[in-house]
Amino acid sequence: MINAVGRNIPDELLVHGKEVYQGKNYMDGKQVRKASPVTVRHEKPQESKLCETIREACEKCGAHDGMTFSFHTEFRDGDYVAAMVCKVLVEEMGLKDLHVAATSLGTAQDIFADYMEQGIIVEAQTSGVRGRIGETISNGKLQNPVIIRSHGGRPRAVEAGEVHIDIAFLAAATSDCCGNAKGQGGKNNCGSMGFANHDAKYADHTVIITDTLVPFPNLPSSISCIDVDAVVVVDEIGDPKKIATKEARLTQDPRELMMAKNVANVIAATPYFKDGFSFQTGVGGPSLAVNRFLEEHMEKAGIKMSFALGGTSSAICALQDKGYVDYILDTQDFDEGAAKHLFSNPHHIEIDLSEYANAGNKGAYVNKLDYVVLSALEIDTKFNVNVITGSDGILRGAPGGHPDTAAGSKCCIIVTPLIRGRMATVCKDVVTVTTPGDCVDVLVTDYGIAVNPLRQDIIDCLDSAGIKHVSIESLQEKAYDLVGEPEALQFEDNVVAIVEARDGTILDVVRQIKPYSFD
Amino acid sequence: MTKEIHRPRPEKDRLRRTMMFMNAQKPALIRDAYIYGSDSIILDLEDAVAENQKDAARFSLYHALQEIDYGDTEVIVRINGLDTPHWQEDIRVCVAAGADGIRIAKCENAEMVRIVDQAVEKAEIEFGVEVGRTLLMAALESPLGIMNAYEIVTASPRMFGCAISGGDFRKSMHVQIEDGGIEMLAARGQMLLAARAAGVQCFDTMYPNVDDMEGFKKEVIQNHKMGFDGKSLINPRQIEFVHETFAPTEKEIAYAEKLVLSCQAQADAGIGVYTVDGKMVDIPFFEDAKRIIKLAKACGVYHGEL
Amino acid sequence: MIIEKNAIAGTLESSDAQVTVEPADHLEINIQSSVINQYGKQIRDTVRQTLDRLEVSDGIITVVDKGALDCTIKARVECAVFRAGNASGQGSPGEEQ
Repeated sequence: MINAVGRNIPDELLVHGKEVYQGKNYMDGKQVRKASPVTVRHEKPQESKLCETIREACEKCGAHDGMTFSFHTEFRDGDYVAAMVCKVLVEEMGLKDLHVAATSLGTAQDIFADYMEQGIIVEAQTSGVRGRIGETISNGKLQNPVIIRSHGGRPRAVEAGEVHIDIAFLAAATSDCCGNAKGQGGKNNCGSMGFANHDAKYADHTVIITDTLVPFPNLPSSISCIDVDAVVVVDEIGDPKKIATKEARLTQDPRELMMAKNVANVIAATPYFKDGFSFQTGVGGPSLAVNRFLEEHMEKAGIKMSFALGGTSSAICALQDKGYVDYILDTQDFDEGAAKHLFSNPHHIEIDLSEYANAGNKGAYVNKLDYVVLSALEIDTKFNVNVITGSDGILRGAPGGHPDTAAGSKCCIIVTPLIRGRMATVCKDVVTVTTPGDCVDVLVTDYGIAVNPLRQDIIDCLDSAGIKHVSIESLQEKAYDLVGEPEALQFEDNVVAIVEARDGTILDVVRQIKPYSFD
Repeated sequence: MTKEIHRPRPEKDRLRRTMMFMNAQKPALIRDAYIYGSDSIILDLEDAVAENQKDAARFSLYHALQEIDYGDTEVIVRINGLDTPHWQEDIRVCVAAGADGIRIAKCENAEMVRIVDQAVEKAEIEFGVEVGRTLLMAALESPLGIMNAYEIVTASPRMFGCAISGGDFRKSMHVQIEDGGIEMLAARGQMLLAARAAGVQCFDTMYPNVDDMEGFKKEVIQNHKMGFDGKSLINPRQIEFVHETFAPTEKEIAYAEKLVLSCQAQADAGIGVYTVDGKMVDIPFFEDAKRIIKLAKACGVYHGEL
Repeated sequence: MIIEKNAIAGTLESSDAQVTVEPADHLEINIQSSVINQYGKQIRDTVRQTLDRLEVSDGIITVVDKGALDCTIKARVECAVFRAGNASGQGSPGEEQ
């Protein structure tokens, strides 16, 4: 069946009430009954929940074949816990038919690729797929298609009972013996535990894994001991230095700086840019650099931000310290500086993914967002964005909060170079739709700015501010002029990934790529 | 063999506030160096390219100029010095590819300009390119070059201007870069005099420390006050400030507009010298006012009726 | 032109291509590219056309492409061929031989 972004969704996926994407706000006002986890009563006095080993904790929580386990990826590429746990489940306990509910899958979980190939991990749902796992899944080696959900889509699916987590294994920088846990104060800190909190409330079992055991009670905590079954102490839970990947650093690249400056100019030209506005930016070079140019505009206009949302960098913390930002509502920290800054200012606060972006609750923070600045692997002339598949058709990206913030914000700005090497970022049709075009308002490239024709109001604002803009078609033509029109990718029939829209409908599917042939 | 040139015919007297250097050997750089909005780009075959890659850089340059649409951005090529084995081949490539102009490195006298001029003409004939199309500029990098500035810029009708190259010049003068620019004050002044006397443009050297924006800005302001037409740059981040500084101010534009309009009226009435805003003005004022309006238009800051 | 000896041109930097040519008694073109799925055929055609223009009929031509534009591929192929023919100092690029 063809959905609202023109993608053909195989009928066999449209079972158990699954629908195709119908356009934004389709589910608005619908009622949902929340799924609740099973818990175990502990009435007797209890000294401690400490277990000697991960295996002991797994056994205590009834780890079994066919179960779903989850973990968070606040340590990004520096996470040790997911791989550590999975190794115990597979190699020590010999479990099989495992289902993974991840916030992301990347190089830190490379070992999962082996288990997928061996048919031990049979199903996965995640907000991102990178590295070897991406190649493995793209090559059709995971038994069932991976489900790609946004950061808001994940808690929605959990609350709706579409994902039922048997055991959540949550890395925590510090914990006490009963499981009051947080992302700070330990040997290895990740800062916000926004990716983890929600799982502790909805999983049947929660195991806290820490490398820094602290005296009871470890308060205030991000995860409450009432949701925790077991605590395990290991040598190291992760390497916080690897949280800040290359893309999370402040850029000196003149191209990125030029684009960032133009983004800030667009923001300053629209009516939401007034005292008390709210703002979020992604972690890509040009998006992150917007912070520095925005500061100049805020100073000039004499205004302040009411809240900055989502993934948090040192750049936005610095703005808060200078008094330009009232609240930071933090789901994850992109660098060690931001992780440290959390709670140091009483208005730098941790929120979980449901609070952040879930379209299935009574109103997440994204719904109050004025501006979001995001990057893209590709954007097409319908303003559909792809952040999951590379131009080779391989899974190598992460929607994260992209679709949620784009849909919730009043003005969604995509910033990306027109071409990367020989890849046309602005193209006729994206390989995979991860954020639908009806949620995207402005595109800023190094070759010019384009506004979604749905947003005549923004077009008028740019015109009166004297900011030049062109049609997105002309940008796409310029891109093809430079790199040549790309050949269409050749796919097999089988689906390797299902891209779920934030409301739970199906936005797109990714099929297995065929090996390239010159014939 | 006739080469098809895709670029419009170069103009000697165009706006050249910013001339940005780019290594001709780096595909990722020359692909779209024009997006930052500098008036000219200088694709460098000289210092930026290693000795054993001179041939590769020429091939790169040729195909980039043939295939990439640089739009309104002027494309100048800095060729290797006349004391190297590369300059003749460099010139053939520039002409065949349709470069707008050639920057002669380490130019010291009129004879060097004439040698390049002849080689360019030979190449234009060889490739069926309109004779005289390819412009020239001279980089003055030594005290001798500065002393001979006037004969250099008048040595060929192709010459549109000259630039001082600070790195080599300072070495030959045994001086370092100084806050305030005193070490090159005389040279800059002498070169400006020669250029204005010859009716060509004059450009200042690049500012080497990309991270020192404050120092850069001071130098640009001084360049503008001294009467330079523009400046060599090495980073796109430097472009915007030069353009801001070199654009006429609103006040200057308003006064120039008033002058031009009143002058037309006075000329109609047959009056030669008269006063505007209490100041006496005559024909040279009128010429300068016209220049300011033209510059304001080229800088995109003129919105009046003239 | 005749490929008389091994030669190489270009780099493995992003947006560049490295072209290696070796003498042989037949023509063989090998292409690796970071954008093979979308541009494999265009790269092959560009390489072929450039070799035809230079009248190269024999040789093993290996292109390792890192997302180079057509103009860069042409430049690298020409440069490698000229170097292999001992003629890199002479001849204008793009010139028919």
